[in-house]
Amino acid sequence: MSRVLISVRDIVTKFGENVVHNGVSFEVREGEIFGLLGGSGSGKSTILKEIIMLLRPTAGEITVLGKRLSDISLEEAQILRKRWGVLFQSGALFSPLTIEENIAVTLREYTMLDEDLIRDLVRLKIDMVGLPGSAASLYPAELSGGMKKRAALARALAMDPKLLFLDEPTSGLDPVGAEEFDRLILKLRELLGLTIVVITHDIDSIFTITDRLAVLGDGKVIAQGTLQEVLASRHPFIDAFFRGERAKHRTGYIHGR
Amino acid sequence: MNSIYVKIVSMDLQTATLETTRTDTALRLQSSGDWTIPTLPNVEHQLKRLLPLADRGKKVIWDISKVRRFDSAGMMLVIEFEDRFKKRGNPLQLLGLEGEHLRIYTLLRNNLKEKLPPPSKTPLLIELFEQTGRSVTRLISDILAFFAFVGAITIQLFYYIRHPSSIRYKAIIKQIYASAISALGIIALTSFLIGVVVAYQSGVQLERFGAGIFIIDMIGISITRELAPLITAIVVAGRSGSSYTAQLGVMKLTEEIDAMKTMGFEPFRFLVLPRIIALMISLPLLIFFADIVGIFGGMVVADAQLHITYSSFVDHLQNALDVKHYWVGIIKGPFFAWLIAAVGCFRGLQVTRDTESIGRYTTISVVNAIFLVIACDALFSIVLTELDI
Repeated sequence: MSRVLISVRDIVTKFGENVVHNGVSFEVREGEIFGLLGGSGSGKSTILKEIIMLLRPTAGEITVLGKRLSDISLEEAQILRKRWGVLFQSGALFSPLTIEENIAVTLREYTMLDEDLIRDLVRLKIDMVGLPGSAASLYPAELSGGMKKRAALARALAMDPKLLFLDEPTSGLDPVGAEEFDRLILKLRELLGLTIVVITHDIDSIFTITDRLAVLGDGKVIAQGTLQEVLASRHPFIDAFFRGERAKHRTGYIHGR
Repeated sequence: MNSIYVKIVSMDLQTATLETTRTDTALRLQSSGDWTIPTLPNVEHQLKRLLPLADRGKKVIWDISKVRRFDSAGMMLVIEFEDRFKKRGNPLQLLGLEGEHLRIYTLLRNNLKEKLPPPSKTPLLIELFEQTGRSVTRLISDILAFFAFVGAITIQLFYYIRHPSSIRYKAIIKQIYASAISALGIIALTSFLIGVVVAYQSGVQLERFGAGIFIIDMIGISITRELAPLITAIVVAGRSGSSYTAQLGVMKLTEEIDAMKTMGFEPFRFLVLPRIIALMISLPLLIFFADIVGIFGGMVVADAQLHITYSSFVDHLQNALDVKHYWVGIIKGPFFAWLIAAVGCFRGLQVTRDTESIGRYTTISVVNAIFLVIACDALFSIVLTELDI
């Protein structure tokens, strides 16, 4: 079995009276695409924010690339941040910077690389995510939703990270765009040997890209494992989610196989 | 497309009618036409007038079979008055409730099981107490959060001092340009006018005592010591303070600040401190500029009003204006700037994930900044006077 890169142990999160997580545990292994699934308000974005150190859990322990986040030093945290990329739901590109500057921002900040080399790297990343070269000099506001996501993905990949976090990558994309984006993610995993954690609602994405997934509900992980293992669970949410009208053609396909 | 459709429908509409006949035993209602949203108002009035006229216990027979078309509002009206008549004790019989009419009727009846609860009313006095309590707790939590913010600024300032290479010089210079250079026009205009106003008002009074020459002392001291710093700070609070809040607020909203954090760009070091440092540099410079323009404004009026020539004004100013007044004014600059920039950034980072809060926090930030600047100025006045400066 491959190495565990992220381990989440007994996470409890409370916002005042509101308990979001009540003992959430799962593991992400090297080289896999791990899906986080759950209804609205199930706290999947919150757990992601805790893994990328935007929030602190009330209790429990998260270990990322061998570093325990509860007692990590500032320097170690800084090193860790350079080893992952995050794609936010809305892209979150820096609006005063062009796409090229957005992608180059970590390279310029953290490396002593030559300006020419940085330019080449940026071109490479732009090409890799399937953006036209002409997009480089545009500002984020001038791009369509799908292009914004691609640009944000290129920025997340700028430092050649080991880990990639995607927050609802296909939300807001049309079905064709979503499918292309899924294919892109698979391709990038092949090319760069990434380990990917993806939050998604998109049933098609779950079937095409995730290797394993964890389903959150009632503050806990209600099912975990490969798609077949999760589908075997009889929890009402999983029933409703995977056996709903919208999912039928997909689950039928799996069972038929 | 839509408007054409509406036109056809409204051309096609028949007015809703309600005829009533009274017999000894019953009240007969005969409805016809289209009972739809645009045609309803007349019959609604008619029904309202009719309701109290029905004698208690008298039977009501309502024939709706001649109605050509019901929409949900039309049928709702029927149901509402059916219930009202029954409540008054009038047995009611609906005739012609079949086919399409019956379908709408049952649909509405099935969805009417629960009436919406009327909006809860708390007594005014209790609401007043509740509101007061909420504002007090909000104020306290705001103050605590501001202390935490100041703590975070201080920590990052130490980081700057330990790692001078991490100081964002480029960002600081950009912010100085935005807060100082591009503010020169409006600062010049306001301080010139303030100089004119002060000179004009005091000139009239001083001339009556034959003490016109003291206008130079008046302008020199009041502009450099009080008015230029205060007016400049208020203009800057309105310009830069608000823009800091809005900029950071939007970045919060679009997750740009979260994105920065995950990339290891500490927002305090990259966004907040450059703005604070830039404004602490800009404001004293702007005050110096406002001093010059303000005094010039007074000079123009002194020349026109009291016939004090420019050269004698400048000559007298050198004796009248002690240099300490000028320094007092300049020293206030960084303090005011710190307040404006810190409050602006603090409020910007408080913005939550709805667009309305940007406007709200921008307003709060400017109001807070102006208040704090004036309070700080009062403190300076008291302390410096007590120290005989």
